[in-house]
Amino acid sequence: MNFDLTDEQQMIVDTTRKFVESEIVPAEENLDPDAGSLEPHDFERLVIKTKEMGFYGLDIPAEYGGPGLDTTSRALMAIEMSQHRAGLYNPCYGVFGGAGLAQLYEATDAQKERWLYPTLRGEKKGCFALTEPSGGSDPARAVQTKGYKDGTEWVLNGSKLYISGADKADYALLFARTSDDPGRNGVTAFIVDTDSPGFFVRRVVHTLRATHYATELQFEDLRIPEDQILGEVNGGFAIANDRLSRQRIPYAAGCIGPAIRAQAMSIEWAKSRETFGSILAEKQAIQWMLVDNEIDIRHAKYCVLEAAQKADKGLRFRTEAAMAKLVATEASGRVVDRCIQIHGGIGVTKDLPLERWYRELRIRRVGEGPSEVQKLIMARDIIGGSFK
Amino acid sequence: MGIRLEKNWEILNSARIKALPGQLGVYQIADKDEQIISVGYAGAKEPFGIRSALEREILLHGNVATQFRYEFTSNYRSRWDELLMLHIYDYGELPEHQRNEASRVGRLHPI
Repeated sequence: MNFDLTDEQQMIVDTTRKFVESEIVPAEENLDPDAGSLEPHDFERLVIKTKEMGFYGLDIPAEYGGPGLDTTSRALMAIEMSQHRAGLYNPCYGVFGGAGLAQLYEATDAQKERWLYPTLRGEKKGCFALTEPSGGSDPARAVQTKGYKDGTEWVLNGSKLYISGADKADYALLFARTSDDPGRNGVTAFIVDTDSPGFFVRRVVHTLRATHYATELQFEDLRIPEDQILGEVNGGFAIANDRLSRQRIPYAAGCIGPAIRAQAMSIEWAKSRETFGSILAEKQAIQWMLVDNEIDIRHAKYCVLEAAQKADKGLRFRTEAAMAKLVATEASGRVVDRCIQIHGGIGVTKDLPLERWYRELRIRRVGEGPSEVQKLIMARDIIGGSFK
Repeated sequence: MGIRLEKNWEILNSARIKALPGQLGVYQIADKDEQIISVGYAGAKEPFGIRSALEREILLHGNVATQFRYEFTSNYRSRWDELLMLHIYDYGELPEHQRNEASRVGRLHPI
């Protein structure tokens, strides 16, 4: 692996870093410490800037008008974009635009006209509704929302849990069991408008993320025309799984930004804070914590870049992506934990972003497949087969 | 767990506010007929948490604001959004001075 950045990658990193330091950090200074959005005038102003920079719609494929970044450049940007208070879950507060649900690029032309293109124009929002109360780590078997065919329509009954953004979404990508197969070959993906009769957002689910909540959904005789199936009947799990795999690299990269920022804050603090007649930086206990942080940050970064480079080369990257997700989420959590310890009392207050990163990073070890599932994925590849 | 703020209304005045702890949370303000005129939160920027937020509500609404009820929570942002969505569900629209929040919040259909 070669971790030297190309000139273009270095330019992307420098430009993003400057943007975060000069635009995002000042704009968020006066917001509530748990804010999830910028003031509207700041948001609109900064979207214009990212469009001028040519970086708007980061994850949109080039053929649909996006900047066409490779995975490594995208991961490097994610590391930079998350280096502010809200950066873990709201990198740059969304001013770089969204790509919509990646699965919609595989949709039919009619489906693209109705849902994908309006999403890319910023006119519609979608949500991804897979996880159910029966479990999230093994979605192929956990899906219990049932669908049956009635003429040219499908009728769905069931529920979903921990779904982000459903209360504000115009449509949902919704997975339901449509055959007797209890596993991955019995699930179908549907695109459904959230104002359809029978689609209900029942409640907000409050979590450690004080700003962004999840929701619980319920479907009661929700009727969906058959032309709103994405892909093939009973072929939905492959669509869901593809998203889960692709997501792991930028998801891991985004965890590293707060760790880098927390480490920088801690070094500065250690060099200026005095106790017992000397600055913290002169005490071995503090030095070792800072060194352990550095090891964790570099380890996480190398894992992410290795996975990204393999993906860019068209090589198999499933184990590397799982390792990057596991290492980055756990290492960054440890870094922020040590940084709070170095800061002492002020570290646990809302005066600093450390407490927010601490809470939110904890979720990262569970979301998008918990650490234990990442180990399961790696074990399958290392040992071979499916343990048969 | 009920999702609505269903505690009893209390008289809103400076003496009662001073007796509250300075914690973070959410609240509703009502007029004498228990019509909700504000749904708010006391965030970490408030110098004395919910006390500061309620004092500001009195300044904003004057004598019309006569009652309040509250809930302490560190999840004041998501709980506030939840209460705003519930208000829209129950009454069709947000309190007059908060209508600009309508485009930001989502929609709920509680059972």
